Amino acid sequence: MLRASYRGGPGEPGWADATVPVSPIITLEGVSKHFESTAALHNVSVTIPPGQFVAIIGRSGAGKTTLLHCLSRTTTVTAGSIHFGTCDLASLHGEMLRQHRARVGMIYQQFNLVKRLHVCDNVLVGRVPHLSGVAWWLALGRYFPAVHRDIALRCLEHVGLLNRAWQRTDTLSGGEQQRVAIAKVLAQQPQVILADEPVASLDLMNGALVMDTLRRVASETGLTVIATLHHVEYARRYADRVLGLRAGELVFDGFPAALTDAALRSLLGESPLQSEQPTPTATPETAWVVSS
Amino acid sequence: MRVHPYTGPAPQPPPYPTRYGRNLLSAVAIAIVFGYAAQVVELRPFELLRDIGNIGIFLKGYLHPSFAHLHEYAWQCLVTVCIALWGTVLALAIAIPLGMLGARNFSPHPLLYHCARRLMDIFRAVNEFVFALMFVTAVGLGPFAGMLALGVHTGGVLGKLLSETVEAIDPGQVEGVAAVGASRLHIISLSVVPQVLPNFLSYTLLRFESDIRSAAVIGMVGGGGIGFYLWDTIRAFNDREAATVILLIVTMVMGIDVISARLRRAVI
Repeated sequence: MLRASYRGGPGEPGWADATVPVSPIITLEGVSKHFESTAALHNVSVTIPPGQFVAIIGRSGAGKTTLLHCLSRTTTVTAGSIHFGTCDLASLHGEMLRQHRARVGMIYQQFNLVKRLHVCDNVLVGRVPHLSGVAWWLALGRYFPAVHRDIALRCLEHVGLLNRAWQRTDTLSGGEQQRVAIAKVLAQQPQVILADEPVASLDLMNGALVMDTLRRVASETGLTVIATLHHVEYARRYADRVLGLRAGELVFDGFPAALTDAALRSLLGESPLQSEQPTPTATPETAWVVSS
Repeated sequence: MRVHPYTGPAPQPPPYPTRYGRNLLSAVAIAIVFGYAAQVVELRPFELLRDIGNIGIFLKGYLHPSFAHLHEYAWQCLVTVCIALWGTVLALAIAIPLGMLGARNFSPHPLLYHCARRLMDIFRAVNEFVFALMFVTAVGLGPFAGMLALGVHTGGVLGKLLSETVEAIDPGQVEGVAAVGASRLHIISLSVVPQVLPNFLSYTLLRFESDIRSAAVIGMVGGGGIGFYLWDTIRAFNDREAATVILLIVTMVMGIDVISARLRRAVI
């Protein structure tokens, strides 16, 4: 499963005493998810090869976040199956489920960092699944061995926040906190990165910075990144592939270039709202927001 | 000419809900409850005003405290602080596991949740003086019984406060740690503890102050400390000695209040 060892920084020598895991092929077959009588996902089938940057777009309530929750196995599917390589997620319980979560790096809209901890400690949380023996117990008191601390600091350096390592996390701006979350995922060394609206709560510049960082990480590590996005322009600019959901159904699957305004109207309905916050490179005509 | 869109006759809103009847009923019900409670407590404010001079006569004896046994009383004050200190430590040992098991969002099983909650209810409901009487029969008269009594009662109070604090934490921060595949212990130590620590420390300091006050009188039932001397001097109508003891208790409580307020500020 190990593709290459790397040090220095993703793509550079000397980054970590670790290897880059290879993303598995993710296969969804007829996935449906119902919440009582509401169908959040309906018969979604898609195969995601390793290394793709996939953007999932759709209106609010289209099932984007539910799909990510199914992939991270925080919820189970009502029908169909999801395979990571040969591993069926429905069969995971207990320790196996924890191992799956360790393989999946999650980035959240609200960052989900522990606000009172130092930035470095938050990144070190990503190292918890790699601990064993005495180090496992010491981590309960927030003591991590030097090798793990070094990895965390290098990850922070990689997202440009090394100088904030000993600051309390809640003193950072939203964009910085999201980059800390990315550093945490880097430290976790997952096989797949799932990002749930990673820029929805950020301003234009910070959003672009976070997306640049995510794209760079994806390119350098070759990991699969699956991100739900509100801003279609981000999907066009950063993704290798775009999945469009409408009312829980997969209605678009293609290259960002195929995401024409006509395709968007078909995906979002007759009158998609024009973006109030176009990306720096976007023109008002091409910048669309899926929903506010 | 452009007409302002908000001109013209006002639209008819739905009728304003009148609550006069309900409010009147509530007022009558409250008046009945308070009136009955006043009868039960024999509320007679005019008698207090008529005989308020008697309090002055009673207090006259306390105006000249005797410092003959000051050394002994000061030592007993220190014993009282130690009772409260170790009582709070015991309380923490009880409160932390019970509080975590009694938090709905962290309890591993509903049965454990209910058991922890009911146990904390019992510890809280039974007064520390009753616990002191109980422990005196087991370990004899003295500060140890007082410390055990305070610890168990305060354990119930702090456990309840901890469980309420844990239930109010931000689930997103917990999810962020759980998402990396962390174990339950790591989730607690890395996301729950940092969130609840400031409030819980504040509650613990508040209870420590309260324990000092309780420890100062728990000696009356054999729990050791300055309480025994307070009870002894009052019962013997030794007003001057009682005045000294009360003075020392007030000074001690005020001192602890000041110190714990500073500690709380430093921690939070």
